[in-house]
Order: sequence, then structure tokens, then C-alpha cells
Amino acid sequence: MTPVLEVRAVTKRFPGVRALDAVDMAVLPGEVHALVGENGAGKSTLIKVLTGVYQADDGEVLYRGERVSFARPLDAQRAGISTIYQEVNLVPLMSVARNLFLGREPRTRFGLLDIGRMNRDAAETLGRYGIDVDVTRPLRSTSLGTQQMVALARAVAIDAKVLVMDEPTSSLEPREVRTLFDVVRRLRDQGLAVVYVSHRLDELYELCQRVTVLRDGRVVHTGPLEGLERLALVSHMLGRDIGRVRREGLTGFTGEHAATANDTPVLRVEGLTKRHQLHDVSFDVRAGEVTGLGGLLGSGRSETAKAIVGALPLDSGSVSVDGRRLRRPSPAAAIRAGIALLPEDRKAEGIIPDLSVRENIVLAAMPRLARAGIVTRARQDAIVEMFMTRLRIKAAGPEQRVAELSGGNQQKVLLARWLCLHPKVLLLDEPTRGIDVGAKAEVQKLVDELAAQGLAVVLISSDLEELVEGADRVVVLRAGAVAGELVGDEVTEDAIVATLVAP
Amino acid sequence: MTAVAEQSQQVPVARVATSERLAALAQRHGALAVLLLALLVSALTFDAFASFDNLAGIAIQSSFLVIVALGMTFVIIGGGIDLSVGSVFALGGVLAAWASQWGLLAALAAPLLVCGAIGLLNGLIIARTGLAPFIVTLASLLGARGLLLAITDEGATTYLVPRDAVFLDLGRGTLWGLGYPVWIAVALCALGGLLLQRTGYGQAVYAVGGSEDAASLMGLPVARVKTLTYLLSGLLAGLAGALNAARLGSGVTILGVGMELDAIAAVVIGGTLLVGGAGTVSGTLCGVLLLGVIQNVINQIGNLTSSVQSVVSGAFLVVVVVTQSYLSRIRRLR
Amino acid sequence: MTTLAAPARARYVQDYGVYAAVLALLLFNALFTDNFLDLTNLRTQLVQVAPVVIVALGMALVIGSEGIDLSVGSVMALAAAVIPLYLGSGMWVAIAMALLAGAAAGALNGTLVAVVNLQPIVATLALLVAGRGIALVLADGQLKQIRNPDLLALGRDQVAGLPVVVWIAILLALMVGAVVHRTTYGRQLVAVGGNRAAAHLAGLPVRRVLIVTYVLCGVFAALAGVLATARLTASDPSAIGNLMELSAITAVVVGGTPLTGGRIRVLGTVAGALLMQLLRATLIKHDLPDSTAQLVQAAIILVAVYVARQRRTR
Repeated sequence: MTPVLEVRAVTKRFPGVRALDAVDMAVLPGEVHALVGENGAGKSTLIKVLTGVYQADDGEVLYRGERVSFARPLDAQRAGISTIYQEVNLVPLMSVARNLFLGREPRTRFGLLDIGRMNRDAAETLGRYGIDVDVTRPLRSTSLGTQQMVALARAVAIDAKVLVMDEPTSSLEPREVRTLFDVVRRLRDQGLAVVYVSHRLDELYELCQRVTVLRDGRVVHTGPLEGLERLALVSHMLGRDIGRVRREGLTGFTGEHAATANDTPVLRVEGLTKRHQLHDVSFDVRAGEVTGLGGLLGSGRSETAKAIVGALPLDSGSVSVDGRRLRRPSPAAAIRAGIALLPEDRKAEGIIPDLSVRENIVLAAMPRLARAGIVTRARQDAIVEMFMTRLRIKAAGPEQRVAELSGGNQQKVLLARWLCLHPKVLLLDEPTRGIDVGAKAEVQKLVDELAAQGLAVVLISSDLEELVEGADRVVVLRAGAVAGELVGDEVTEDAIVATLVAP
Repeated sequence: MTAVAEQSQQVPVARVATSERLAALAQRHGALAVLLLALLVSALTFDAFASFDNLAGIAIQSSFLVIVALGMTFVIIGGGIDLSVGSVFALGGVLAAWASQWGLLAALAAPLLVCGAIGLLNGLIIARTGLAPFIVTLASLLGARGLLLAITDEGATTYLVPRDAVFLDLGRGTLWGLGYPVWIAVALCALGGLLLQRTGYGQAVYAVGGSEDAASLMGLPVARVKTLTYLLSGLLAGLAGALNAARLGSGVTILGVGMELDAIAAVVIGGTLLVGGAGTVSGTLCGVLLLGVIQNVINQIGNLTSSVQSVVSGAFLVVVVVTQSYLSRIRRLR
Repeated sequence: MTTLAAPARARYVQDYGVYAAVLALLLFNALFTDNFLDLTNLRTQLVQVAPVVIVALGMALVIGSEGIDLSVGSVMALAAAVIPLYLGSGMWVAIAMALLAGAAAGALNGTLVAVVNLQPIVATLALLVAGRGIALVLADGQLKQIRNPDLLALGRDQVAGLPVVVWIAILLALMVGAVVHRTTYGRQLVAVGGNRAAAHLAGLPVRRVLIVTYVLCGVFAALAGVLATARLTASDPSAIGNLMELSAITAVVVGGTPLTGGRIRVLGTVAGALLMQLLRATLIKHDLPDSTAQLVQAAIILVAVYVARQRRTR
């Protein structure tokens, strides 16, 4: 059978990194093809190449057997490749029916829109998808499941041959997921090809026929899902052979600090719950210990961290530091209580790009360093110099614009910002992601030192090695809930993976 | 087509809470309700208010703002803003008065061509360069005013419409007691409403204002849609200015200062969200009429000046916008 | 490498372009305009630009926070209307009350933006519409002559050859520069404008910073209203501050402060105001009509904003 959509030896480069390296992938009509891989594996880049957002540097893209090159997403769409995104890409304020028919509304004899027919047709179309909703309501007042369905219906209606679904179920309730799957199966049976991107293993096994696994920009496995053990699939994704022997010295962690930990927890997190994101997450963090938060993408690790510092409003749950509960959670209150968070997205939530290295470092500590509201350069300079030396921040000087620094140095600047505050608890969300190997090792060593000095560290990382070698205990999250906790010698890659996949 | 499948998942209808329904209703028809209330209260309180002459007066005085605000409605729904309409209005009036010496056609063609060109320029710059509409139309506010000064000897010359010109009738004639400009404004509103609600272009304007990214991904020609809204705004402001000149009989040069703010206020009070993506022509109409009624009532009271009117308008604006913000929050929750 | 040179060059134009333009205009006028370097003329220029500078300084703070304040003209009128009501208790009381009125207006704006989360355009639009109305109501719609000798002296006196008004503007510029660069508030303001999410996560009091900023803008506008009243020797709420918001925004934008916030160029703002003033003066002195002045102004705004846009390193 000829694949309806295929890439051969596709390579895509960005400055300093090869996002896709000679990738081959073929999607057959009438199949649901899973595309999996961790962050940075190249999934989204591949999707963007398939849908015309990016153009491949090398290799070819074949659609229905012919070479194509889509200059922009609209071209791919017109050709018949539709994409359903995680965030619904429709117009929230417009009605369901209008969204469904935007650009191709039914007309009356005089060329005007036939609103009555549009609404009737919309209700009927959605009815066939099992959705019974008032189509004149604004899209955003309907559930996300309905919105996804509308996006799906629209894609199919404009005669799509290939449907790319990027994490479509992350905000859906189980009932809505069932409906979505029914629809996808029906479409598949009608000959549509679906590329299904997700890391929810249960869903993949339920819906998809074949799978392609990406890691570090390369295809490491492709084949049918039936008969593939979950453990094997995850191992492909994370790059660990089953039963591999751990080698020494792969990270900067030495793990020599565990001995100083005492028993009373500095941070106690209880029952964190937020609809769709967190389900009763509870754990303790002790001083002098590195507690890892492990889990696949989308398991709720970053959400947990944000919730702890009050940046994510919760439905219920509490956070206590040294036995005292945080009353009105906000980042400022968390900082006062001694909790600091290094966020995952340093560009959007970390650096103030136009300000200098110095100002970025002292940002949170400024009120403490100032005298009667006046900035005291002397105190700032002293701290900045100390941290620039200690963390080996490479910059033309403390006055350089932080946007000009490399990713690794920016990360160190952010780390310095939080260390300025002498926190009791330090939450690190992917601290070594997107930085060069040398800086990575430095950061890891620093985390060790901090823990040895008595700091309580929470380490979130997708890098299993980092987690295993750096953490004294690991809380494993799955789908927003705690799947298990591993302590001391229990912390091995196999154990983490096993906890991840256990049903 | 077959009936809906047995296993269709019913979305619980009770989900549409009363608070949400009320909020939707308020957002859509709030301006009308307040207008009717204001009319009622005024008619009961002031004897002179409900007279036909008075109401006709309100109508004719508001008609020019209605036309300008109509254009503004399109721009704002599309996610932009047009600060130049006041200057364009004045420019349109001057051009019409000057060209009226060559007949009705010229009197209308000159303002439409020039003001349309300004609108087009606004649209092209905004759509192609991505500069903030606020700043671009601020610049054209100055530019249009400059142009106006240039063609009137720095404001010294006031062109007069020839006393026998047909053009004057356009501004001063009446039909069934209401001035022609009122009928023109109503007709334009009807057309505008039709364009917005019943054509593909109208839907595109809502989409671009609601979510430019989504609109682009859904295949709509975003740049063209935006440019056209500014073109419309320029044309309508120019036309309003021309009609006003017909009524006054001359091209008064100092008009229109601050008119863009009145237009924005009317549009916002009428229920259009300033961020774009929602709004109606009828709402804008209600907004303009409401401002007109307030002004009229204050004049009725006599002692108070038009300054009170602006205070009330301003307070009104705040109340409306805060309410809008609150209502959007209710409707957003599932 | 050529790829690095281009952004650096663009930054130079953005950062120093306005100073170069001011110098160029000064030079041009010195050479080609009669009596330009005459002291009286220079003094006149400075006096005319002083109120714009004062308002623009406040506007620069607001724009630095990624906001805008359209109500500054109306606040000037408000201040002008308040003054005669309290002159009976002395000049200082009257000034204090006028500044208080400005602060109240700013507090309202700030609350609408920071707490109710309205867009700054809408929030300040309301006060723009209502403010002048309130002022006219307070003044009974009338122009009132100022007879208080202290206030008149404020408008008329000179110190070391420069009118008091000019000195106040200079002082204020220095103060704002100090606040922006040397106080916690100033640095936090720049951070909030630069990346509000990051500032929030870093525990900065975002709401408080925003409200204070709008209050300051209101106070500065009120001060400009007081000084304009003193110079005019009359309180004229219907005319004072007309179109001031346009001049202020122009000065800030031309001076290189980006509308997207995160950077406040105090000296640039002053230079921007000077540039527009000199431009107008040059055109007038060379008998070029007002219309040309407006058109040139419009062109300059577009150019300034376009150049600033190039810089965004997204």
C-alpha cells in the first residue's frame, strides 16, 4: 500500500543543533500512526515539517506518492493535511456553527450567508460525531471536548486525507476521550490517515496501529504496536536498554550529601488538586536532600512546582514550610516563606531580556538589598560578583544584556537570582535543559553542593540519568497523580521506568 | 441523513447556567435596554423631551457620529483602532465644500477618494508592517489635519457651498420630518450590519479580531481583511464629513477634534469589545443614540453645561467596560 | 560577520538618532535662521517645551510599564480648575490640592489597569472623556483670572536667566532619571514592563508598581496644569492641556522608549520633546505652514516607531 504521507531522510537544522537527522516515516491510509518521543526528541519539528510550518533542509516529503514542498501551513491544509492542536486553533468568541463553516459558509440565492442552514448543517454534522450542543453558542462556552470535535469536524469537512493530532486529549475528560476515539476510529475506517502525537501510553495502545519513536532527532524504532511491550516502548523513548548496568560519572552528580538529611520535612505538600492537571499530589521534601520529581512529559511535574510557589491556582491542597502553612499562595508569599522556583521556560518566565546580568540576578532580592528604596550598587555588585565567580557565569561583564548570553549562562543567572534569596527550598524545573554539556555538569555539581549545605532541593528532570544520579529519593508522577516514591537504593532507572508504565 | 446515532453522548443541557444566559443577554442587548430606559425616563421627566422636533433633533445631530462610529465598529471588531477619523471627518467636510462648486457628484467624490485613500494607507501600513494601529492612526490623525490645513490656507479659508447647490439639500432636506443624513445613516447601518453578519467578509472580520493566529491557520486572508476595515473607516468618516458640510453649508476647519474618542466610546458602550472579535452595528447605534440622549437631557436641564455631559459619558464608559469585563469572565467559565 | 553588524547599527540609530536629530536641527537653525541663537528666542523655546517635558516624563513611566495614559490633558484641565478653588488658602495649599487631584485621577487609572485588568487605552479613555467635564463643572465653565501674586510669580519669575518653569522641568527630568535608574521602584517598573510573567514569579509587587506609575503620571500632568495656569495667569479648563496626550506620547516614542515597555529613556524623552519643539519652531520661522509641520510630525512618528521595531530580538 502506498503511504499517503511520507518523509525520506529528512533533516532539519537550527543554529547549533540538528533537530531532525535523516528521519524516515511513512503513514498509510486507514491507519492511526503514533508518533512519540520526549521533549527535544524532534516530534514537534517533524510535525511542523509535515504540515508546512518548516521546510526540510535535506530529504524529501512525499504526499500521495508525489514530492511536495509546502511553503506555509495553508498550502498543506489545502492539499488535505489538517492539524488539530492541543490548544484549539479556532476563534473562541464566534459560535460553534460559524467556526465550523468559517470560509465556506452556505449562501442564499443572493450570495448572503444562510445562517439558518448553517446552524442546521452544523448541528447535524456534530450530531454525527455524537455531539449535541447549541451551535449558536460561542465556542469558548462549550467544553474542550466539544471544541476538539469542532476542530476535527472542520478538518474532515475540508476534505482532509491526513489528520495530524498533537496531544489532543490533554485537557479532555475520560468521557470526551471515548467520544474522540470513536470518531477517530470511524474516520480511520473510512480511509483517513491519522498521525497521533501523545505520550499517554494507554491511549496509544488503545487507538494506534503503528508507532514511530524519535530520540535526539533520529528514528530509533518504527513498527506495529501490537506485541510491543510498554517497557520496551518507554525504553526506546528514553534510550535505556532493559537491564543496563549503570555507569559512573555520566553526570556531575556525586550523590554525597544524603547523609546530612534529617527526618522532619522542610516542605510538605498535601493533596494538591487541580482539575485536569493534578490529582491529590502529596510528598515531603527534607533539608539536605535532593528530591526528584520524575515522570513523562505532561505528567504534572511543572504544574506541581508552579502550584507549590503559588503561581498555579489550585482547587484544593496545601503547602507548608517548616510546619507553617502558606495561606494566600502567591510567588511573593512563597519567596517570603523561603521557597524559590527556577521555571522551565526561561525565556517566557525567567529572564528580563533587556536588563543586564546584574539586574536579572538581583531582581528578586532587590528590596532586601536596597536602603530606603534606593538601590545600593555596592551591595549589589558584591553579590553579583560572588555569584558570577561561583557559578562561572561567562559574560562580557555584569552590565551585559542578559539576552546576549548563551542558554547555559542565562540559566546560571536565573539560578543566581534565586540563590540570592537564601531559600530553604529550591525547586528546579529542568535546570539543565537546552544548555551545553559543560554548563550542565557545573549546574549538577552546584545542586550537590547546595544540598550538602542543607538546602532542600526538588529536581524536575526528563533526563533519567540526571534524576537517578542526582536525587536521593524520587517521586514519580503519572497523569497528574503520584504513581510511586523511590528512596535511596531503590532509585534506579529501571525502577523509575517500571513505576512510570505500571497500569 | 440518518438520525443522530443512539450512542450520541449528551452534553448535559443544564450546564448552561442562568448566570451565563443572563450575561450573554446583557452583553448583546444591554445597550438597547439602557437606551430604552433612558428614553423612557427622559420622556417622563421632561415635557419637551418627547416632542417630535426634539427627537428629530437628536437624530440629526447623532447621524454623523453614527456613520463615523459605523466604520470604527468594523475596525475595532477586527482587532484594531482608528484614531484618525476625527481629522478625516474634518478633511472630508472641507473637501466636499470645496468641490461642491462643481456639482453634487464632485462634492461626494472628492472626500470619498481622498479619505478612502487615507484609510487605505492606514490599512496597508498596519497590515504589512505590523506597527501598532494606535501609533499609525495617530500619525495619520496628524497627517490628515496637516492636509486639511494645507488646502485651506492654514485654516484661514472656509469654503462655502454655493447657495443653490443640490448638495445642500443632501444635508438640509427632510423626508417625513427627519433629515436626509438620518436616513442615510440608517441605511448605512443596515448595510453595514448586513455586511458584518451575513457575508463571508463579515465573518472574516470577527475571526481576525477574535484570534488572528487561528484565522490565519483557517485560511483567511488576514492582511486583506484588516486593510479593508481601515478603508471602510476612512470612507465612512469622509462621507460623514461631507454630509456635515452639506448641512452646515461650509467646510468648517476646526471640527472633528476628539471625535475619534466619541466614536470609540459609542462603540464600546454599544457592547463591542475593544480587544476585538465581538460586537454589533446595532449596539454602536444604541451607543451613539445614548450619548445623544444624555447630551440632550443635560441641555434640557438647562443650567448644567456640556461638561456634565462628558462627565456622565466618561462615567458611563467606565461602568460599561467594567461590566463587560465582568460579564466576559462569567461567560468564560464552564 | 555581517549578520551581527546590522542589529548593532540599528540599535545605534535607535539609541542616538534622536540626539543627532536635535543637534542637526540646532545647527541648521543656528546657521540659517535669523536670531535663533538670541537668548530671548532660546528662552521662549524652552518655556514652550517645558510643560510637554513634564507630562512626557510621566507618560514615559507609564509606557515603560507597557501601558498608556490618554487622560493627561484632561488631568491638566482638572488641576487648572482646582487651583482657583483653594487659592484663598494660599498658593501652596492650592498647588497641593491640584496635585492631589492628579494623584486621585492616576489612582483611578492605575486601579482599573492593575486590579480590574482593563486595557490601558480603555481605562484612561474614560478619564479623558470625563476629566475635562469634571474640570469644567468645577470651574462653572468659566475662565478665571489668577490674581494671587505668589502663583503669578511662579509663572513669571526667572532664576539665573531661566524661567522657573524651565528649572522645574529640568529638576523633574533629573529626578525621574534618578528614580528610574536608582530606586527599587524604578528597576521593578522596568522589569514589569520587560517581562511581566517573570517579574510576577520573582515576587515583584506588580499591582502596586503599576498603580504607583499611573499615580505619578497623574501628578506630573497636574503639575504641568498648575504651571500652565500660572504662566497663562488664568485658569482655563476648556483650553488647557488640549491634545497634550498626543504631544507627550510623540515625545516619548520619538525619544526611543518602546511602546512595548521594558525600557525607559528619560533623556531620550526630553530630547524627543525638544526635537518636536525645534521642528515646529524651525518650520514656523521659515514661514512653512502649520500643515507642513503636522505632516512632518506624522512622518517622524512613523519613522521613530519603525526604527524601534527593528530592534525587537524575538
